[in-house]
Amino acid sequence: MMKRLVTLSINGEEVSAAVEPRMTLADFIRSEARLTGTHVGCEHGVCGACTVRVDGRTARGCLLFAIQCEGSEIETIENFGDGKGADLQQAFVEHNALQCGFCTPGMLIAADELLRDDPSPTRQAVREYLSGNYCRCTGYQAIVDAVMDVAERRRRK
Amino acid sequence: MKPRTFDYLRAKTLADVFAVFEAHGDEALILAGGQSVVPALNMRLSEPAILVDINRIPELDRIELQGGVVRIGALCRHETVRRSDVIAGHVPLLVQALAHVAHPAIRNRGTLGGSLCNADPAAELPACALALGTTMVVESASGSRRIPASDFFIGFYETSLEPGEVLVAMEVPVAGNGEIHFFDEIARRQGDFALAGLAAVAKCDGGRLVSVRFAFHSCGDRSLLSPQLSAVVEGMPNGAVDGAAIDAALKGDLDPPDDAVTSSETRLHLAGVLVRRALAHINSEADT
Repeated sequence: MMKRLVTLSINGEEVSAAVEPRMTLADFIRSEARLTGTHVGCEHGVCGACTVRVDGRTARGCLLFAIQCEGSEIETIENFGDGKGADLQQAFVEHNALQCGFCTPGMLIAADELLRDDPSPTRQAVREYLSGNYCRCTGYQAIVDAVMDVAERRRRK
Repeated sequence: MKPRTFDYLRAKTLADVFAVFEAHGDEALILAGGQSVVPALNMRLSEPAILVDINRIPELDRIELQGGVVRIGALCRHETVRRSDVIAGHVPLLVQALAHVAHPAIRNRGTLGGSLCNADPAAELPACALALGTTMVVESASGSRRIPASDFFIGFYETSLEPGEVLVAMEVPVAGNGEIHFFDEIARRQGDFALAGLAAVAKCDGGRLVSVRFAFHSCGDRSLLSPQLSAVVEGMPNGAVDGAAIDAALKGDLDPPDDAVTSSETRLHLAGVLVRRALAHINSEADT
């Protein structure tokens, strides 16, 4: 299939590449923009490892084609830090909320959206919000602990 | 786990979509939210020659109150509908049901029209469409037609859409005074497909149930209404529960599949549990 020129913004920088229509957004981010923090796990929308923000809301990078996202604003885990979600990253470290780290970028992006929508979630709400992000190492206790900790710290600020 | 090659067209109008169907017939597939279509493509269960992307057709994503109905554009995202004030005020059933659909990142992209056209027997929205008495508004190159939800879902992942037809909107009657909406489902984990689910819309008057529509998902080859159950409970005093009659009605109207972990009998039992929860909810709401 003929390649088509796709131009989108990733973390505020314009990225253009000629790709086949079947290339997913997640693969575009990894192989064209060379940002490998977005992980590709199941490739059918179940595991949540490829979660990124598309025009301000979270989406599965494996369930969008790059060509669909022409002109869209994409934010990946590389855009975290420097005051944007750095406290979540730090809390994951402090609470041992990761082991292998494969799920972590998706977890952080999903948790960040939850806290933007609901600054005072219950543990149950955190579990429900992260129910689409699989972790196969830690279990979820420490992940929920980390998110609850950040919610409390942000409230105290 | 990569799709086969396909061509791609970004439609700007419905006419663009009809032109693709005209040229490619059933080799063309509509791409809306893509939350069911793209997994099927990635697993190569579906291998269309061309995807026609309708995400940038502007008139398809509006929610409008038009007299006695709420018209919901087919391209409205689950999360947009769940947070809509118009929906909260006039179709509370959808707000309750959408919280059970998959996970936030999926709901941000998935569309109501896509879920209805996918007609998954385990999905929440077809059951809601049946319980609410929704009308599907469909367009094609040759004109438009309106299909009642009860004629729309005709089998396993099968709708009465004809080749070349596109679902453009759903018209949902606004909830009347005293109308009670109930939604619940039983799943192993949050966001998983339900083992059994129920959407119900009831009207009460003078301490009695005047009418109730019960629509079940994961209890047959498609979402199903249970007219026998409606007949059992309509006219009953609020709070009355005839367990044996309820279970017999469910056995008559539903035909849950067996699968590797859940028997048909278990699903029927869970459907009965949900009906009892629904009646308790209707009774408590009718009192207030």
